[in-house]
Amino acid sequence: MRKVYVAGIGATKIREHWEVSLRELLVKAAQKAIEDSNIEKKKIQAAFIGNMSSGVLQGQEHLGSLFATWMGIPGIAASKVEAACASGGAAFHSAYLAVASGMYDCVIALGVEKMSDALTGDVTAALIMADDQDYVAFTGASFVGLNALVYRAYMKKYGAKQEDIALFAVHDHKYAVNNELAQFRREFSLEDVLKSPLIADPIRLLECAPTGDGAAAVVLCSEEYLKEANNEVKIEVAASTLATDILSLHDRDDLTTLRATVRAAEKAYKMAKISPSDVDVLEVHDAFTILGVIHLEDLGFAKKGEGWKLVKEGEIELGGKIPTNLMGGLKARGHPVGATGIYQIYDAVTQLKGEAGKNQVDDAEVALAQNVGGVGGTVSINIFRRVR
Amino acid sequence: MVKANSIPRVWRERTIKYRLIGGKCKKCGKSFYPFRRICPRCGSEEVEEVHLPREGKLLYYTVIRAPPSDFEEYAPYVVGIVELKDGTRVLAQITDVVEDQLEEGVNVEAVFRKYREQGKEGIIEYGIKFRPKT
Repeated sequence: MRKVYVAGIGATKIREHWEVSLRELLVKAAQKAIEDSNIEKKKIQAAFIGNMSSGVLQGQEHLGSLFATWMGIPGIAASKVEAACASGGAAFHSAYLAVASGMYDCVIALGVEKMSDALTGDVTAALIMADDQDYVAFTGASFVGLNALVYRAYMKKYGAKQEDIALFAVHDHKYAVNNELAQFRREFSLEDVLKSPLIADPIRLLECAPTGDGAAAVVLCSEEYLKEANNEVKIEVAASTLATDILSLHDRDDLTTLRATVRAAEKAYKMAKISPSDVDVLEVHDAFTILGVIHLEDLGFAKKGEGWKLVKEGEIELGGKIPTNLMGGLKARGHPVGATGIYQIYDAVTQLKGEAGKNQVDDAEVALAQNVGGVGGTVSINIFRRVR
Repeated sequence: MVKANSIPRVWRERTIKYRLIGGKCKKCGKSFYPFRRICPRCGSEEVEEVHLPREGKLLYYTVIRAPPSDFEEYAPYVVGIVELKDGTRVLAQITDVVEDQLEEGVNVEAVFRKYREQGKEGIIEYGIKFRPKT
C-alpha cells in the first residue's frame, strides 16, 4: 500500500440549514475542500459519501450519482457508505483504501446529514435503525435510551458519579465558543447540564449531542498529486482502521467498554507506529457524555473506570495531557450523524495545519479521530501526521 | 412517517418473540436471544434452539421520555436489560411499574403484552415484557 495524503478539507457550519438542501450541503463542502486542496475539480476520480439516513429523512438515496451530477463531475466512481453514526469515518476509510491501493490518485470523502427536514420523533425513529429493528427498535428503546443503559452499567461497575461524567459536556461547549463552524457557541455550567430535562434516565438533554445539518469533505491524494497541490503543510494519513462489535448491547458481556474501539485502536496504533502518548490532538465521538469518558479509556489514555478523572483534572484541556475535542466535539460542534466522522477529521487536520486559532495546540504533529456507529457496533479510527 | 411497518416481518418473527426462543451455542456454551443459526460470539454454526426461562432479574433500566415517533403515545415507559435465570440477556420493556420506584436487581417475570400498533389500519404488534415478580 502506498502513502496517502490529505490535500484539502472543507465544511459547512453545523446548524439547522432550513434554506439549503442535502445535495447543496454536499456541493458546498466539496467546493471548499477542493479549493483548499489546489487540485483541479476534474482531477477527482472517485467520491465516497458517508450518510446514515437520507433515505428515511429525505426520501433520497443514490447519493453517489446525485453528488457527481450536482458537482458537475459525472462519470466519476461514486457511492454512499453507511455505518450509522460512523458513516463518515467508514467513507473516509473507503477513500483511503481507494488511493492506498493505487487504483485512484485523487479521491474525495464526504459526510452529510440533514436532520432538520424531519420531526423530532421521526429523527429518533431513524436513529434507532442503527440497532436491530426487529428486537431492539421493537421495544421502543431510543438511541439515547441504549446509551443510558451503558451509563448505568458504568456508574454501577466503577462507582463513578454523574456530576463527574457530565463535565464532558461543559468541556465541549467551552471550546466550541471559538469554532466558527460549531452549532452551539456558548458555554454551559455543570449545574445547567445537571438541571436540564431528562431524556432517558439518567441522561439529560445537555449530555446529548444535538441534531443538526451539515456536510464536510476531505480530498485525499497520492504523493505525486500532492506536488501539484503544493500545500504548505504536508499531512499524511498515518493509519485508517475500521472494526465492528456485536451489534446489540444485550448480546455483549461488558457494557462499559466498546470492543470495536479497542480493536480499531490496536490496529491503528500499530499501523501508524505510535502509542497513545504520541497523540497530540484527540477527537472522540462523545454523542453522550458517558461515551466521551469510555472512549478515553478504550483508546488507551486512562485506565478502565478512570476516564472521568482525566476530564475532572483538566487533562483533556488545551495544555493538558491529551487535548480532546478542542473544536467542540459532538456535543457542541454538532453531530449531523453521517457527517460527523468527516467533521472530526476536518477538526483534527485543522489542528495539524496550525489553523485552530485560540484553540490551537502548540506544534501539533499527530492527531487521532475516533468515530462510532450505533452503540459501538462500528468504530472508525483515523490517525494523521504532519510531515516535516 | 418513519416506521418499519410491515406485516410479513412481524409474522415471520412471531414464534421467537411470543415464546422467547433463544439459541445455545454447542461450541462456546453461550446462549443468546433471539435465536439465530450462527453464534454471534464464536461463529459456530452448531446452535440449538432453546425455550428461555421466563424469569430473571433486571440488570439496568432507563425511562424513555423522548420516544421514537411510533411509540409517542406510550411515553414515558421503561426499557431494560433482563438477565434470565440461565444467564441469557434480553432487552425488553419493563411493565406494571412506577418509573421512579424501580430498582436494579429486582426479580422479574415474562408477560405477554402489546408493544405498538402499525398505524390505524396496520396490525398490532405483541411481544414479551417483564414485570416485577411478587
